[in-house]
Amino acid sequence: MTSDPSAPHGHEPGHAHGHDHGHGHDHGHGHDEGHGHDHARTFQPDLSEPTSDAALIGVALRRLLLERGLYTAEEERATIQRMAGANPGNGARIAARAWSDPAFRERLLADGAEAIKELGYDLSPLEFTVLENDERLHNVVVCTLCSCYPRALLGQSPAWYKSKNYRARIVREPRTVLAEFGVALPDSVEVRVHDSTAELRYMVLPQRPPGTESLDEAALAALVTRDSLIGTQRDLTPKDPAAH
Amino acid sequence: MKTQGEPRYAVGQSVRIAPRTPPVHHRVPSYAKGRVGRIVRVCSEHGLPEAYIRGDGRPFRRLYRVRLAQEQLWEGYAGQPGDTLDLEIFEPWLEPVE
Repeated sequence: MTSDPSAPHGHEPGHAHGHDHGHGHDHGHGHDEGHGHDHARTFQPDLSEPTSDAALIGVALRRLLLERGLYTAEEERATIQRMAGANPGNGARIAARAWSDPAFRERLLADGAEAIKELGYDLSPLEFTVLENDERLHNVVVCTLCSCYPRALLGQSPAWYKSKNYRARIVREPRTVLAEFGVALPDSVEVRVHDSTAELRYMVLPQRPPGTESLDEAALAALVTRDSLIGTQRDLTPKDPAAH
Repeated sequence: MKTQGEPRYAVGQSVRIAPRTPPVHHRVPSYAKGRVGRIVRVCSEHGLPEAYIRGDGRPFRRLYRVRLAQEQLWEGYAGQPGDTLDLEIFEPWLEPVE
């Protein structure tokens, strides 16, 4: 849809509005008869249409793929359902296993894609790469070119991860951005930004919080947050410190 | 997908990221072009984004993780001297540095 500068009253470009502004229309709300009402506040189009050429191409491409039988609507539905089921809990489970099992941790850092198959996850052909934080290193992940993210494992990325603000600034001034997320880094800790430019997908392995020696894997996993897996959070805290 | 060709570069080697801007889709961020870094990991072979335009991305090309020093990347970088940035670069985009 190209925008139409002649569209009256700031209507959504492309919205087919055939009603008469003078009289007789009914928006389903008690509008004043003096006709000073604000369409921007009181009116939404019944049908939203693709808002860009790219969106239109996407709609057309999907129809063609289905029409040609390259995949079925049922396969599409199942894929969406599977991807919608992915969430940061999967990453938390991987982190907790790594903390609990040193041999798994070694395998995970050496070849993340292979290691997570042990837990039933398969991201191939993407190369899943785990970045371990320690006392002298803090890792943080970004995709400056678009918004690459291990969605099949961690679910949809947060809105800020896709924002130009984050994508432009985390590479250029990572310490400032991390401070805005509440991460206070001593000068002695190296910051390493990972720009996801091609076929690798990244997850940060946060440091195991102190005082969690007695916790089992499930309890450990409950401490791991989504942001800590991206690297915009560094310190994890036990949910109930008094319990330890 | 693995090991169709021997990697040209090894871990630890210095490389320059080619300062090219072909008029097609490619996935090398502008800020990294012309920069010198160090290979930190030799990855598998994958389809080159430029080649996917014409079909299936073949022949697949070797991918590397390259580490750059933040201080050399940004003028007036306000972080610490040891701060780094890693990114993924395909072999055709790398040039050897003596």
